Amino acid sequence: MSTATTPKLKTSAMIASFADPGQKTASAPFGHALVKAAQVNDKIVGLTADLGKYTDMHIFAQAFPERFFQMGMAEQLLFGAAAGLAETGLVPFASTYSVFAARRAYDFLCLDAAEPNLNVNIVGGLPGLTTGYGPSHQATEDMAIFRGMPNLTIVDPCDSLDIEQAVPQLAASEGPTYLRLLRGNVPTVLDEYDYTFELGKAKVLRGGRDVVFISSGLMTMRALQAAEALAAHHVDVAVVHAPTIKPFDAATVLAELNTDRLAVTLENHSVVGGLFETVASAVVTAGLGKRVVPVALPDEFLDAGALPTLHERYGLSVQRVVAKVLAELG
Amino acid sequence: MVSTQEITTRGNASDAEAERLARVEGAAYRIRHHALNMGEVQGQGYVGQALGAADMLAAVYADQLRFRADDPEWEDRDRFLLSTGHYAIGHYAALAEAGIIPVKELETYGSDDSRLPMSGMSTYTPGMEISGGSLGHGLSIAVGAALGLRYQGSGSRVYNFLSDGELDEGSTWEAAMGAHHHHLGNLTAMVDINALQADGKTDTVLRTEPVTEKWQAFGWYAQRVNGNDVGALLAAFDNAAAQAAAVGRPSVILCDTKVGRGVPLLEDREKAHFMRIEEHEWQLCREQLTAGFEGKAAR
Repeated sequence: MSTATTPKLKTSAMIASFADPGQKTASAPFGHALVKAAQVNDKIVGLTADLGKYTDMHIFAQAFPERFFQMGMAEQLLFGAAAGLAETGLVPFASTYSVFAARRAYDFLCLDAAEPNLNVNIVGGLPGLTTGYGPSHQATEDMAIFRGMPNLTIVDPCDSLDIEQAVPQLAASEGPTYLRLLRGNVPTVLDEYDYTFELGKAKVLRGGRDVVFISSGLMTMRALQAAEALAAHHVDVAVVHAPTIKPFDAATVLAELNTDRLAVTLENHSVVGGLFETVASAVVTAGLGKRVVPVALPDEFLDAGALPTLHERYGLSVQRVVAKVLAELG
Repeated sequence: MVSTQEITTRGNASDAEAERLARVEGAAYRIRHHALNMGEVQGQGYVGQALGAADMLAAVYADQLRFRADDPEWEDRDRFLLSTGHYAIGHYAALAEAGIIPVKELETYGSDDSRLPMSGMSTYTPGMEISGGSLGHGLSIAVGAALGLRYQGSGSRVYNFLSDGELDEGSTWEAAMGAHHHHLGNLTAMVDINALQADGKTDTVLRTEPVTEKWQAFGWYAQRVNGNDVGALLAAFDNAAAQAAAVGRPSVILCDTKVGRGVPLLEDREKAHFMRIEEHEWQLCREQLTAGFEGKAAR
């Protein structure tokens, strides 16, 4: 057996980036986009809860030290204070890990920011399965938690281009927002398509006769890669990128789903309460008798380990997506 | 030797102080009166808390707060953040006393489609800065508001009203640390220590004492006063302005208050978070309140 000679992957593999080897990337796109937005909008301020360096907020802090507020490892204060800043007319971007925003500070976001519909922008690092640290850090149910919060806009970007284009739009949108942050060296993928990010819109990245993928977040990158791989199997796959989970662009997605093609959703999130259920509810509400196959994380607490190992284990790898589609097509 | 001019100045100052005291005490009386009227609408409610906190609210609205009654959103206003949403009955009374909402509107308190819900919300009521009620939020929001105002070069101050029960919440202490760390001299917290929470007396629910030492340890300028003594409250605000605000230190005024204060019938009643008052008692309460106020004024 090869297991004796193959070294096990380390948890630290991909800790700073989930980019494939050799893939085009941009460094800290969120931090740079926030600086750029702040150069034209003097109301923008930044906050973090002792995770500036790990959410790319340090780029903003270096550029605008007087507009950056360190709140310490105190997430309730972080988001309560963000609401207070917004009450005075400022546009705060407050960063921490998604687990802490969604699980620990929910009440503060819900009542201090969302109920008064304030322009508080939550920036959550390590969304879904983007760390090998286990359930303490893996926000596999962040969208499920946040989707129930009235007024909140939820964005799950695919790549550096999505993030760069989303940030000024999040600042310009009136109420609270949640950005599933991709940090560090973030792949640049969507520049090869006729695509621009528009808040609240899903976009068809490529057409295809046999299968339609509806995807968000980093799984759009995997969806595009899987579509290429499936072409070798003579399977023609369309990819629809739906980075805004709420409010959801049901019209665009349903127009693509209302065909005879195999419909598959792909998300870096639990199968409970994320993109799949968003699409499913749109399908049912519209009265479409359409089967939808989810590619999503299982409704479980996930293992610790190296991300490539875990993505393969839980079905997010390109290889697993291809295998699932081929199995569905029989 | 004291010059004649100094004596005159002191005399004027003393007259001004007496006028200030009378103004705030008069406001406190009317706030209590409004609260009793609102309580009668509901037949029950947080009347005990409103009566206890009336002097604190009067000191804020009749003495400390900079606002425009006809423009509650005025940019340069001071902010009063009510963290204890259920104290809204007292806050509405203070807003009416301040002329921000009509006195007549108070009779809609807690009724369907009213702008005055039982628990205060910023989206409902002019002059209500935040949606309190989920306890332990107000001070965190106040930290952000104070940071935001200072960053924008505003001289406005932020006042946060919280209760001793909220000292149970960890978030209160996160915010206390944050305010000190960021040198928020433009922030004043007022804690209503009525020693009562939903499940009983504070010292039986979760011991919070020693309260003063806790705030001092968190870096605040802390004063503990009788929160039903208007003179002591005003002196505490003056001290805070002189000792803390000037040096960029947040200040807290810890106010020991009596639930039901000003109405002997209620002061002596067994204390409860949600006080029941019989239908025939409301008028008696008002009479006792007025007799007490007029008796004090006469003295």
